[in-house]
Amino acid sequence: MIIKVLGPGCTNCVTLERVTREAVTALGLDARIEKVTDYAAIAGYGVMSTPALVVDEKVLVAGRVPTPAQVRELLASPVSS
Amino acid sequence: MSIAERLPETPRGRWLALSATAAVWAGAYWVNGWIWDRLLYDAAGMASTARLTETVHFFVYDTVKIGLLLTGIIFVVTVLRSYASVERTRALLGGRREGVGNVMAAGLGVITPFCSCSAVPAFIGFVAAGVPIGVTLSFLIASPLVNEIAIGMLFSLFGWQITALYIGAGLTVATVAGWTLGRLGVQRWVEPFVFETKLGGQAIDSTAGLTFGERIQMGAEEVATIFRKIWPYLLVGIGLGAVIHGWAPEDFFTTYAGSGNVFGVLIAVVIGIPLYSNAAGIMPLVQALHDKGLPMGTLLAFMMSVVALSLPEMILLRRVLKPRLLVSFIAVVGTGIVAVGYLFNALLA
Repeated sequence: MIIKVLGPGCTNCVTLERVTREAVTALGLDARIEKVTDYAAIAGYGVMSTPALVVDEKVLVAGRVPTPAQVRELLASPVSS
Repeated sequence: MSIAERLPETPRGRWLALSATAAVWAGAYWVNGWIWDRLLYDAAGMASTARLTETVHFFVYDTVKIGLLLTGIIFVVTVLRSYASVERTRALLGGRREGVGNVMAAGLGVITPFCSCSAVPAFIGFVAAGVPIGVTLSFLIASPLVNEIAIGMLFSLFGWQITALYIGAGLTVATVAGWTLGRLGVQRWVEPFVFETKLGGQAIDSTAGLTFGERIQMGAEEVATIFRKIWPYLLVGIGLGAVIHGWAPEDFFTTYAGSGNVFGVLIAVVIGIPLYSNAAGIMPLVQALHDKGLPMGTLLAFMMSVVALSLPEMILLRRVLKPRLLVSFIAVVGTGIVAVGYLFNALLA
């Protein structure tokens, strides 16, 4: 599982990365977390409001920081569609 | 533990927490003046006419008042704005022609939830969706210029006429400035990578399908985030306001920056551009200067130049705009703000 946190480094992006790392640890997932700060790359995902959470190349959340419980839920149930 | 996790989980619990908070808020707002009168004049025995007392009273009273106003306004605005999104705004603006597009972009810039840290991806996203550069710029100008928090604060402190003037003027500046820049054919001064970036096909709407509980959570978090960011500005602003309120001679500002001084607005804007503060932080200062007889047009121009043109945002926009366009951007918006200041001073005189 490859998790990407999209954002240029604002407060919310840092928070989202922290929440995601905690969720990965809590769930004991085998995941790699990458930060994407390049604007062209962020726009490449169609994301216009940061921060955004991308799991296996699919945008799950954009423009807000979900609660830790929501992140655990998102990561626990693998992308179904 | 974040605020979000401390909020009640059930709808009933949420409504209870919301009503209880609203009641505490109203109570605190109501006793604010009374309690400081009792504490300072009666308990501490300070003379109510002494300069020091006036300064201290202004500071403590305004800190609580502005703090409460901000909390309420930020919360309500964030919850309301969560029903709009940058993605929907872009869909509305896509393919619009200039002119109508500029007016719409300015209006949408006010209601769309938008953080200046997203300015660059939003700029790229808008351009990729076929929104003309000038229209995109109208959006980026209106977003900080006509600030909902400023609207709420102006309304609470100065009434609806000043608020309406502020909104009307801000929208006009954003519309005209964006349109003018579009007319100048500024495409060539946009960094080429913007046009080369292809958008992925999986854009998701950032606020669609949220539950009311999640919107409330966003509101509470936004209050905390903004306070954590602006409290030093806020205290400095209120402190300056308090000092001006207590110590500045009655005619000091009117002599140097009053309606008699033709350069008043110009000076205010030149001072305001490099200053960086939140609209909220600047409000106590505006209030104190207004009490000292500074004309409202000069004050609104000062406030607009502080919030609309800031160094951090210019550094961000430099990523997508070449220096030439960035300078034109500052010049056009700055000129618009100066014009608004003089117009208001003439209208309100």
